[in-house]
Amino acid sequence: MKAPLIALLPLLWAGPALAQHDHHAPAPADPHAGHDMGAMAPEPSSEPPPLPDRETAAPSAPTDHLADRIFDPAAMEQARAVLRQEHGGAQASQVMLNLFEYRAGSGADGYHWAGEAWFGGDIDRLVIKSEGEGDRHGVESGEVQALYSRAMGLYTDLQVGVRQDLEPRSRTYATVGFETLLPYWIEAEGAVFVSSKGDVLARAEGAIDWRLTQRLILQPRAELNFAAQDVAETGTGSGLSDAELGLRLRYEVRREFAPYVGVAWGRRFGRTADYARAAGEEVSDTSVVLGLRAWF
Amino acid sequence: MRIPSGALDRRRFLQSLAILGGGAALADLLPAWARTAQAGERSPAALSGEDIRLTIGHTSITVDGRASHAVTINGTVPGPLIRLKEGQTVRLHVSNGLEEETSIHWHGLLVPFEMDGVPGVSFPGIKPGETFVYEFKVKQSGSFWYHSHSGLQEQVGHYGPMIIDPAGEDPAAFDREHVVVLSDHTRVHPHQIFRRLKQQSGAFNFQRQTIAGLLKGRDQTLAERLEWGRMLMDPTDISDVTGAAYTFLINGRGPKDNWTGLFAPGERVRLRFINAAAQSVFNVRIPGLKLTVVAADGQHVRPVEVDEFQIGNAETYDVIVRPVEDKAFTIVSESVDRSGLGRATLAPRLGMTAEVPPVRARPLANMRDMGMDMGGMDHGDMDMSMRNPDTAPQVPLGPGVQMLSPMAVDRTGEPGQGLANAGHRVLVYRDLVALEPNPDQRAPERSIEIHLTGNMERFMWGFDGRKFSDRPPPYAFRHGERVRVVLVNDTMMAHPIHLHGHYFELAFGPAGHMPRKHTVIVLPGGRVAFDFTAETGDWAFHCHMLYHMHAGMFQVFSVRDGQGEGAR
Repeated sequence: MKAPLIALLPLLWAGPALAQHDHHAPAPADPHAGHDMGAMAPEPSSEPPPLPDRETAAPSAPTDHLADRIFDPAAMEQARAVLRQEHGGAQASQVMLNLFEYRAGSGADGYHWAGEAWFGGDIDRLVIKSEGEGDRHGVESGEVQALYSRAMGLYTDLQVGVRQDLEPRSRTYATVGFETLLPYWIEAEGAVFVSSKGDVLARAEGAIDWRLTQRLILQPRAELNFAAQDVAETGTGSGLSDAELGLRLRYEVRREFAPYVGVAWGRRFGRTADYARAAGEEVSDTSVVLGLRAWF
Repeated sequence: MRIPSGALDRRRFLQSLAILGGGAALADLLPAWARTAQAGERSPAALSGEDIRLTIGHTSITVDGRASHAVTINGTVPGPLIRLKEGQTVRLHVSNGLEEETSIHWHGLLVPFEMDGVPGVSFPGIKPGETFVYEFKVKQSGSFWYHSHSGLQEQVGHYGPMIIDPAGEDPAAFDREHVVVLSDHTRVHPHQIFRRLKQQSGAFNFQRQTIAGLLKGRDQTLAERLEWGRMLMDPTDISDVTGAAYTFLINGRGPKDNWTGLFAPGERVRLRFINAAAQSVFNVRIPGLKLTVVAADGQHVRPVEVDEFQIGNAETYDVIVRPVEDKAFTIVSESVDRSGLGRATLAPRLGMTAEVPPVRARPLANMRDMGMDMGGMDHGDMDMSMRNPDTAPQVPLGPGVQMLSPMAVDRTGEPGQGLANAGHRVLVYRDLVALEPNPDQRAPERSIEIHLTGNMERFMWGFDGRKFSDRPPPYAFRHGERVRVVLVNDTMMAHPIHLHGHYFELAFGPAGHMPRKHTVIVLPGGRVAFDFTAETGDWAFHCHMLYHMHAGMFQVFSVRDGQGEGAR
């Protein structure tokens, strides 16, 4: 199939070939053309040829494709689709287990996880988030979010979707939130949740990586939860319901595999603390954590 | 890129060969031209003639004693040296032995657009099992190379050198020549590298500023760090993919393999340097030897003697050295971010080595790289000016445009990143003066400005704020018109920009002898102006950093005959 095309070549040649200048025309006597191997100072540069006072207008962008005249246009169309895909259209993904740790402290010992996965392009992504905690008796609290994420700013993604709590009560929320990178490389996220029963909750999180060495990283981290009303079923009081501060030191064996140690301090506030006290639970809790941060 | 089971078997077979046969088997995995030359050979072995056959396939290669998978041309990395003669006609029969599409682009060659080898622009690509015949008349001479323009095949070995001998006498006389192909090699799959960069753009950077460094008084001061941190700019972000993932190769050999080229003391040795790396800019030097640059991108220049030069992806430099002592010299290709180096040896006899200099301290980007070298100006309103839409009204300010250099400056008189204080003479673009008169000495009729844009945090790259996948209209030109193109780098990284099918003249130098190139590095926060004469065709125009191109930094120059609006 290619053979007839090749036969056409001499014809196609005429245009470009005649116009392409023969730059190997013998040079006129050039005082610098000698091949003395010594250093030669460059001449002072002269100004480039000047642009005219009135530049010609640019032609409008053609909508045809010259290769279609030589090759099968359908094959070219297919190749153009691949070309776009291969030059900016690639999809990527990341599964990030941010916290995956064992906690030993003043309260009951247990485990805690917080992770996120994304799939998609530069602008539009599917984001799955999950966090929760538990102990040897099972999961104490746990939630999963499925979100559509859209890059809205240089460092900010807007996220909307649903949150499903599995424990302590099965509950579904509509979610609107964001993730962003603030000046000084502070990673921040926030979200508002509206449950199917009309309860409104909110959450704000922030973390920063302080790079002690190339692989040793100290990460302060904070999470605050808010509620617009009391939710007796889940023991949540209105206002600032609880806060958790953490300081974790991780060692990046590889960027994507980093064991860590740290401390976490949690406190319940206001009505939430009252609910906890009534249930015989601690209001504040300090633990030593041992965990792994991993992504792929 | 899938590796078929058959290829794996072949790979194991070759590995066992390498183990059993040792050096002999290893030598077979290198192209003939890159095997250490016999003392009598003046030029490396090459494929020549009017019909040249190239087969793309999977092969296992061994670098510094470790085997890895490669996509190869005629079974080797780099591919065979193709040696042509100016004025001849050549038919290059390229057979695809892969399970995916492939292609070859003849980098820097002035060919009809349909022979340029970019799938989706010049032709449909070469399907598995197919053979495509590239046929063209050779209209130039010099040092060139060729490589895949499909997927990320270039990263895994799909590249090779090409020499075109001039029809007449070569103005740069030499007694012996060696091709020196610089590249970067990794055992990580290139799609995985790209994914890592999207996940965490600094994933391969292990030379960041640290608090330990601050306490020792290294790098930026606390105030500078806070200022850069406020702007979310990392001054150590010099290379996206570093020595943490790469082994830097010279002629397909790692630093331990130590490729050796021979010379007889007193000979004028022409070294044809080609940067075939996917994502690495190199600083090249040969301690103890002066480098006389006689050609850039295949075009003769007035000889200029330097101690070191920086070579961007896809650039070529021909250098003449004259070692007179009976001793070995080390060819050093140091990665621009100083995360590693390639090493080879020039020696009178096999087995001789010279000292390998340690990697020098890594550079830090500065305010000039941010396009805002404002001297004593008040930095108070800097954030305002970093993304002022008036700077480039044609650029939509989406998430892919981290900044618009408010004061991009012409940096063609500066050595590349990190070489300002090298302590010896480093080539700058303004040293280059075309030896032959420029073929078209007309002044440009018009100018266009193209912004190189990106968001380093999201690893998004494009031209004028758009990725190629966003379907921007092509840049349009009329056949034969002379246009000045001004490239403005609005990012903190260097971009080697390549225009297919043309030479362009950098807009400086003595009248009629402006340096001609096919690829030019635009330094961070810098601008480069060039004039070119448009040739009919659809031509790829892109950053030659493979992963920047893959992320979207690709466009098309559409050149049509006639004065009509877009008509041919």
